[in-house]
Amino acid sequence: MINLEVPAKFAQLVDQAHQAAAEFFRPNSRKYDREEHTYPKELDLLAALLDGLSASGGGAGAGGVRRETVAKRGNQNGANLRLLLGTMEMCWGDVGLLLSMPRQGLGNAAIASVANDEQLARYAGKWAAMAITEPDTGSDSAAIRTTAVLDGDHYVLNGEKIFVTAGERADCVVVWATLDRSKGRAAIKSFVVDRTTPGFELVRLESKLGIRASDTAHFRLTDVRVHRDNLLGSPDIDTGFAGVMQTFDNTRPLVAAMAIGVARAALEETRALLNEAGVDIDYDRPWTTQPAAAATFLHLEADWEAARLLAMEAAWLADNREPNSLQASMAKAKAGRTATEITLRCVELAGAYTENSLLEKWARDAKILDIFEGTQQIQQLIIARRILDKSSTELK
Amino acid sequence: MGAALAVLNRLAGASALDRFGLRKPVERGVHEATRVGFTAAGRVFTAVRGRGVSRLPDAPERGLFDLTPTDEQRMIRSTVEKFAAERVRPAAAAADAACAPPVEVVARAAELGVSALGVPEALGGLGTERSAVTNALVAEALAHGDLGLAVACLAPSAVGTALALWGDADQQATYLPAFTGENVPVAALAVQEPGALFDPFSLRTRAYRTPGGFVLDGVKSLVPRALDAELFVVAADVDGRGPALFLVEAGTAGITVEPEPAMGLRAAGTGRVRLARVSLPASAVLTGDYAECVRLSRIAWSALAVGTGQAVVDYVIPYVNDRVAFGEPVSHRQGVAFKVADMATELAGMRLLTYRAAALAEQGKPFAREAALARRQCAEHGMRIGDDGVQLLGGHGFVKEHPVERWYRDLRAVGVVEGIVLV
Repeated sequence: MINLEVPAKFAQLVDQAHQAAAEFFRPNSRKYDREEHTYPKELDLLAALLDGLSASGGGAGAGGVRRETVAKRGNQNGANLRLLLGTMEMCWGDVGLLLSMPRQGLGNAAIASVANDEQLARYAGKWAAMAITEPDTGSDSAAIRTTAVLDGDHYVLNGEKIFVTAGERADCVVVWATLDRSKGRAAIKSFVVDRTTPGFELVRLESKLGIRASDTAHFRLTDVRVHRDNLLGSPDIDTGFAGVMQTFDNTRPLVAAMAIGVARAALEETRALLNEAGVDIDYDRPWTTQPAAAATFLHLEADWEAARLLAMEAAWLADNREPNSLQASMAKAKAGRTATEITLRCVELAGAYTENSLLEKWARDAKILDIFEGTQQIQQLIIARRILDKSSTELK
Repeated sequence: MGAALAVLNRLAGASALDRFGLRKPVERGVHEATRVGFTAAGRVFTAVRGRGVSRLPDAPERGLFDLTPTDEQRMIRSTVEKFAAERVRPAAAAADAACAPPVEVVARAAELGVSALGVPEALGGLGTERSAVTNALVAEALAHGDLGLAVACLAPSAVGTALALWGDADQQATYLPAFTGENVPVAALAVQEPGALFDPFSLRTRAYRTPGGFVLDGVKSLVPRALDAELFVVAADVDGRGPALFLVEAGTAGITVEPEPAMGLRAAGTGRVRLARVSLPASAVLTGDYAECVRLSRIAWSALAVGTGQAVVDYVIPYVNDRVAFGEPVSHRQGVAFKVADMATELAGMRLLTYRAAALAEQGKPFAREAALARRQCAEHGMRIGDDGVQLLGGHGFVKEHPVERWYRDLRAVGVVEGIVLV
């Protein structure tokens, strides 16, 4: 029976995540925006608290995206939707701090999604970052150049990785490398590399436009020896890439949720400032008869709501074991571009360009959400190929 | 079609259909041949004392997020989809040119029961509870056939729904039985007025109280099938104290109707209705929540935009795949493919906003914000989809050989029109 409200059973989780965002993230938002590369130590306490809750609102999630094969029993509202809603609330607080949550890295999502039971046990409680992008390879992840060569019981990794979120702070990094560059995507595997492994060198931390609380690392791998048990998924060429990519069907809605969270923060703040300035938002009067600021706000809020519902649909499909790659990309595309539009427009509406307000920060933070885990244009490609029924050679 | 109709009848309970007996329409007015500028005419509704008001209860509250329609909704939707594909779409171009819906299409829609869904079973209808979601699904499916014809088919049911939601016992007993049979009256919910910055909460049509009832003065715009209408529900400001809805029979003295063809919605036979010192009895006023009426109408327009937007997307996809330029299908170019991707993405968002507002409405929960956001999104992105549809067909989109130019014209209505349809 059609209903698009947040399920009552998740109300408590949403409330807890909101309180955590309000008490731990917001008060530290500006501090770690100014002090880029400083470890937000307040998060250790929060992470310990969240570890004690059945469902945290963590970044990519430590365990929320694994696709279990259980019999379907009617309509399900499960882990995917729960994690999505938690992420929205946390990012209402601060996106950069959420991305800095200990043990909530994207690498944790990959491990949770594709690791075997032994690996799951071995990496329990570890903080795992994810390293895909290289200096010359971004969206084209099938073209990565970092190599892995089997030598006895170890793979030897060589290459360079950039844009590794929380790479310095994490315990380990899930590194994508190719077993054979001539075989394309089929030869790409992911390896869990401990940060202390010899040859795994931190080159630098980036200085960024936004999400400055979150560290972004650049690594060089020189003859890094990784035990073969650290390979996630199948070691055979020709299998496994689809599984690795499937991780993204589940994490794209979470990045959409981050965008929806920060955009809501901007809308709430702007509405309050407009009210102070004597402009109220009227849902009944036509927008054409309202002040331009109110009409603009309604426009932004409608886009925001569309993004939010698209993300909820994608997570709901995952909860119900339905394919959701199309909806995940739609949610990411809509939320990414909408969050940038909303936060930038809110700076304009509220005249809040200075650091006295968080609005200017949110406008800087939001931009990355239309880029990482598949840019706007990559999402459009995925959507277009699906609805036009085109292969990647036909629609490049 | 027959099978699904039978199912709808079963839903209704066959015995309920004629409970109050259908009044036969009296002789039509003499103006049918030369209709311009004359008083609209129709059947006479004999006043009947009601035995008690019938209201549809709210639909059951639900605890989980769910996008799955019920089996009943799926069945009704597929029936209407079939009708839209087989009867509505093929008739759309001619109806657009003629500025009138084909009688058989409207009659067939009435047979299907689209006007009876919002009328309680106790009054001979098909409704057992509020069904805004089902109504939205019906509007969406019909508009996939054609937006103008969808408006023509759904206009009477809006009046039926208004009576079911806000009519008193006598009003319901007098008018509603006619809406549950196959000879559904031509009726329209007239809110829209001509002029810039129209606001349904600041009406220029006025109702003045008199010792015997009310006198109405004003002009209503874009009234569907106005020239044939038998019954209007007219929104008017009462003594400067805010709007209310009035039941106005088309034959009432002081009413003149003229054609008002527009950019789109031409198949709905839109007309302008002038009310000049129209005297109404005190019993003509509907005592409902006028704001609720405006909001339900906006959800219905959103659903119409979703259906028409889907028609555009469904038409454009094979076109850009088949059309070859520079040696390959134009859909192999990102400039084309990304536009199609955005159309599909925004359409998906429009649909979810519309369903959310409808689901809240039928559960009896507040939905003012959700209805406003749905309409805002559907007006903006529905129009953009119509615009992109024409653009992607290039010159072929601009000529009437393809339906996209009609959808372009029709979709502009979503940001303009208030009233006419309800969920």
